[in-house]
Amino acid sequence: MIKLEGITRTFQVGDQPVHALVDVTETIAEGEHVAIMGPSGSGKSTLLNIVGCLDRPTSGSYHLNGRDVGVLEEAELTNVRRHEIGFVFQFFHLIPRLTAAENVELPMIFAGIPRAERRQRVTTSLEAVGLAARIGHHPDQLSGGERQRVALARATVMQPQILLADEPTGNLDSQSGRAVLDLLDQMNDAGLTLIVVTHDPKVAHRADRIVVLVDGGIERRVRGDQIGEILAMLAEEDED
Amino acid sequence: MKVSEVFKFAAKSLTGHRLRTGLSLLGVTIGVAAVVMLTALGEGARLYVVEQFASLGTNLLIVLPGYTETSGTFGYGGVPNDLTLDDAQAIARLVPAARRVAPISMANDEVAFHERRRQVAVLGTTPEYQEARQLDMARGEFLPADDVDRGSPVVILGAKTSKELFGSVEPVGKIVRVAGWRMRVIGVLAKQGTKMGLDFDDIAIVPVATAMQLFNQTSLFRILVQAHAYSDLDIAKTEVRQLLIERHDEEDITVITQDAVLSTFNAVLGALTLAVGAIAAISLSVAGIGIMNVMLVSVSERTQEIGLLKALGVARRQILAAFLTEAALISSAGGLLGLVLGWLAVRLLVRLYPVLPASPPIWAVVAALVISVGVGVTFGLLPARRATRLDPIAALAGR
Ligand SMILES: Nc1ncnc2c1ncn2[C@@H]1O[C@H](COP(=O)(O)OP(=O)(O)OP(=O)(O)O)[C@@H](O)[C@H]1O
Ligand SMILES: [Mg+2]
Repeated sequence: MIKLEGITRTFQVGDQPVHALVDVTETIAEGEHVAIMGPSGSGKSTLLNIVGCLDRPTSGSYHLNGRDVGVLEEAELTNVRRHEIGFVFQFFHLIPRLTAAENVELPMIFAGIPRAERRQRVTTSLEAVGLAARIGHHPDQLSGGERQRVALARATVMQPQILLADEPTGNLDSQSGRAVLDLLDQMNDAGLTLIVVTHDPKVAHRADRIVVLVDGGIERRVRGDQIGEILAMLAEEDED
Repeated sequence: MKVSEVFKFAAKSLTGHRLRTGLSLLGVTIGVAAVVMLTALGEGARLYVVEQFASLGTNLLIVLPGYTETSGTFGYGGVPNDLTLDDAQAIARLVPAARRVAPISMANDEVAFHERRRQVAVLGTTPEYQEARQLDMARGEFLPADDVDRGSPVVILGAKTSKELFGSVEPVGKIVRVAGWRMRVIGVLAKQGTKMGLDFDDIAIVPVATAMQLFNQTSLFRILVQAHAYSDLDIAKTEVRQLLIERHDEEDITVITQDAVLSTFNAVLGALTLAVGAIAAISLSVAGIGIMNVMLVSVSERTQEIGLLKALGVARRQILAAFLTEAALISSAGGLLGLVLGWLAVRLLVRLYPVLPASPPIWAVVAALVISVGVGVTFGLLPARRATRLDPIAALAGR
């Protein structure tokens, strides 16, 4: 369970404070599928980074499974990222010199998982994203959709509770995007908490709920199937 | 995470950037090869000089008749007392620091065998001289031990003298004429070359009493005193001087040591070693800066990768270890290659110049390896720490 209370994140740019997040309070239950939408610069990525323990809020509290993340040391945060959270990025971030299998294996190597188990989990994970045949390919030998699926396998190979995806389909054509989204849905159905940042209504539509950020604050929460309301609202915003 | 895994990860990122890795490898290789070659040369030169010195005989004092202010120049001041065989025997008896005492008498004269004659240095001395000057025999014997003041008519010839006079005839046992006197050849010196200005290949050595009679001398030319050890040289010098002043009632002798020459060589060798060390240090630190450069490029080129590792939950010290391992791998591989290259170069050098016993001293080989890895890790530390301190979000964004 993710419990955010009064989260504020302020960046100091020169002597000008930039308020990326202002007093965000939100609770996301285990197994939920949440989409975060909002105009560019509204703080979506900042929120995701805080949830993923890559960043710390300026003020407010964040409890992950009942534990106050704010008081954790750097090493403990590293541990949280290693075991409880998976990341998927818009630009995949595969390491080009490593094969698909080696990319997936990477988090397990640093987590000290024995080789035999790693082998097995790599195979299982790549099979799960339908890329068992591409196990020895390098990223530049894969299509965009395949790369993102490798990244997805890597993000889930440590069996995290929570998967965070920042524009996971932002760089994909609609067909490969759909394949990735189907996989995400599948994993969510299996119990993975899924938080997706997106501009794409088709992506948000799949979520249980949609959180809309505007200027660093939560403007509105709607059910996933009420995506129409948000589109209207965002269109209104654009007219302003 | 196992060490072998860190190695594999580091090795993969090195082989992923062949040119860059290759260039920095080259830097270390050249640095270490330079250390190996330079120290081999330095050591070769040192061994060469030490050998030359050893062949002169060591820990020697030379007593000259006549007093001079500055030791080492042989000017006579006034009319000195004779330096006698008794003086030499007194030194041997009364100066405990003296291990060997060899009186020397010198003249230039003719040595003849039938019609062949040759003008050579005729040196009169005692058996001790052989050890003190480290003279090797080619055939026969050196002077007999029981002939200090008897004056037997025997002679030892230098290698060249013997060859000129006898050609292929066996010289030992033959009678030659030295300054017109019949003497039996009892030995021939091995080839020695010139030592302290005396050509030991063209020489005739006779018992000291024989020489003094032959040339009608009352004073010895010199007395050679060998101390037990280098550290005894000063005491020996003082005691010999005092003893002779007492015996002569005045200071009419000069005692010199090879000290001056030796310390000059010591200084030269010290400077050489220092220079070699300095050059080696410079070339290795250049290599180190090369490694640092490569690692800095590597870190900035792989910013996104580092951000990713952080997002994947890789700990700071693991990232540090991975980058340090890369630096250590480059530098140790470069170090090994450098050793091989340097060793080959030294072998080539020895083949071209066999007189120079060039070989890298073990300490230099070990030091070169240790320093190259040390330098690699030290200079790799800054970039590696920079990597661990990157903000993961900015790093992922490639900022
Ligand atoms: N490191 C930073 N330093 C200064 N300002 C920052 C930093 N990161 C984000 N911001 C600012 O915070 C605000 C929110 O940024 P954020 O990246 O969260 O937006 P976003 O909703 O993800 O936008 P987009 O849809 O374009 O990705 C923006 O105004 C941005 O300029
Ligand atoms: Mg964003």
